[in-house]
Amino acid sequence: MTGQISKYIKSFTLWELLKGMSLTGKYFVSGNITIQYPEEKTPQSHRFRGLHALRRYANGEERCIACKLCEAVCPALAITIDSEQRDDGSRRTTRYDIDLFKCIFCGFCEEACPVDSIVETRIFEYHFENRGEQIMTKDKLLAIGDKYEAQIAADRAADSAFR
Amino acid sequence: MDALILTVMTLLKIVAVLVPLILCVAYLTLAERKVIGSMQVRVGPNRVGFKGLGQPFADVFKLMFKEVIIPTNSSKFLFLTAPILSLAPAVAAWAVIPFADGWAISDANAGLLYVLAMTSIGVYGVIIAGWASNSKYAFLGAMRSAAQIVAYEIAMGFALIGVLMMSGSLNLGDIVRAQSGGFFNWYLFPLFPLAIVYFISGVAETNRAPFDVAEGESEIVAGFHVDYSGMAFALFFLAEYANMIMIAALAAILFLGGWMSPIDGFGDGIHWFLIKTAAMLFIFLWLRATFPRYRYDQIMRLGWKVFIPVTIVWIAVVGFAIYFEVGPWFSSVRGAG
Repeated sequence: MTGQISKYIKSFTLWELLKGMSLTGKYFVSGNITIQYPEEKTPQSHRFRGLHALRRYANGEERCIACKLCEAVCPALAITIDSEQRDDGSRRTTRYDIDLFKCIFCGFCEEACPVDSIVETRIFEYHFENRGEQIMTKDKLLAIGDKYEAQIAADRAADSAFR
Repeated sequence: MDALILTVMTLLKIVAVLVPLILCVAYLTLAERKVIGSMQVRVGPNRVGFKGLGQPFADVFKLMFKEVIIPTNSSKFLFLTAPILSLAPAVAAWAVIPFADGWAISDANAGLLYVLAMTSIGVYGVIIAGWASNSKYAFLGAMRSAAQIVAYEIAMGFALIGVLMMSGSLNLGDIVRAQSGGFFNWYLFPLFPLAIVYFISGVAETNRAPFDVAEGESEIVAGFHVDYSGMAFALFFLAEYANMIMIAALAAILFLGGWMSPIDGFGDGIHWFLIKTAAMLFIFLWLRATFPRYRYDQIMRLGWKVFIPVTIVWIAVVGFAIYFEVGPWFSSVRGAG
């Protein structure tokens, strides 16, 4: 009986409706959390796994020694490596392709690399305009590495305590 | 010569009401998107012009340049008449609205009746649009809308009878003048249940959320205007928002003292009318941001089994209160009426 009465009182005073409206009203005055993306960006972790890059040593020698650990560990089979002996006797890659359509950005290649050559950078805004452009060749990867070396090195340094 | 001057003056008055009205409609669409956006903790449109203020014009120009597609099996004449039939009454009803003391295009004695009649005619636009489209979704939407508007019109009419009993007049200007003397004399307080019923019925009348089953995007695509595109669609949109402003303005006039200041004699004027209307419109948007759509049988139950009995009971209460000259509000009504 009292349950019935309180139900009627509740429905005639629009209690539930006013509760709902007070909630939306609270959010109305609470301010927006939208990030205006191209102008504003959310903070990124130094462990962000974006576009790949191949690094060089300070003397300009490429780090990759064609050990193919990354190729072996890649769960998506996105990496293809060919290698041969160079004139000075060291082993280097002649081909280092990453198919970005296959890549799942898991970061295993980066972890497997004994010489910190293949890395994933913070770059995530890129696009392809033609078929085949999704294959990142050795030249393209080295170019990215050269361009963003400062950022890449800083990110590795920030993470070095945990490796 | 006098007739000519009268005609020109009337035409000028009509323009002076219609142009701001259409601008208000345009910016109400922007306000709606901004307010709902804010309630969902996002910003809403902000790319066109300063802070998105050009958005309504971008929308209008887009719609103007789009083709009006006429379905092959539709009734062409009715299909094109329907948007006009829904817009014309929505605009015509503004003829009797007093914006300030004496500021009405026509100070008609049966103003309230005229407004009720005009808002009722609007439903023909919806029904004809649904029927002429020759599409089952449009037809379903039209049927839903018709049944809903008939149901809520009764509750709305009854709610207005309370106002009539208090003011003793159908003239909207007289109704406002009867509420003079500060916010304590507004009909909102003696007729509180009727004001609530009136406003909710108004939301249902204009097919706005949470009573927007006539559109029901998730069930019947977009209901009665599913086959409309371009300017024909824009006219329906215009009519819906003009009706919304109309209901808000009427609520301000009937229950919130129209152009009267909340404090007696403290700067009465059109600005109070506009502020009150804007506040009512904000509640429209607030409701839409808060509530999910009613199920159809719930709408019918609310209209017939809750609102109509409530209004009848309160009319009886008001009648007794007036007859026995009860307490602060009803004591002076009998002599004045």
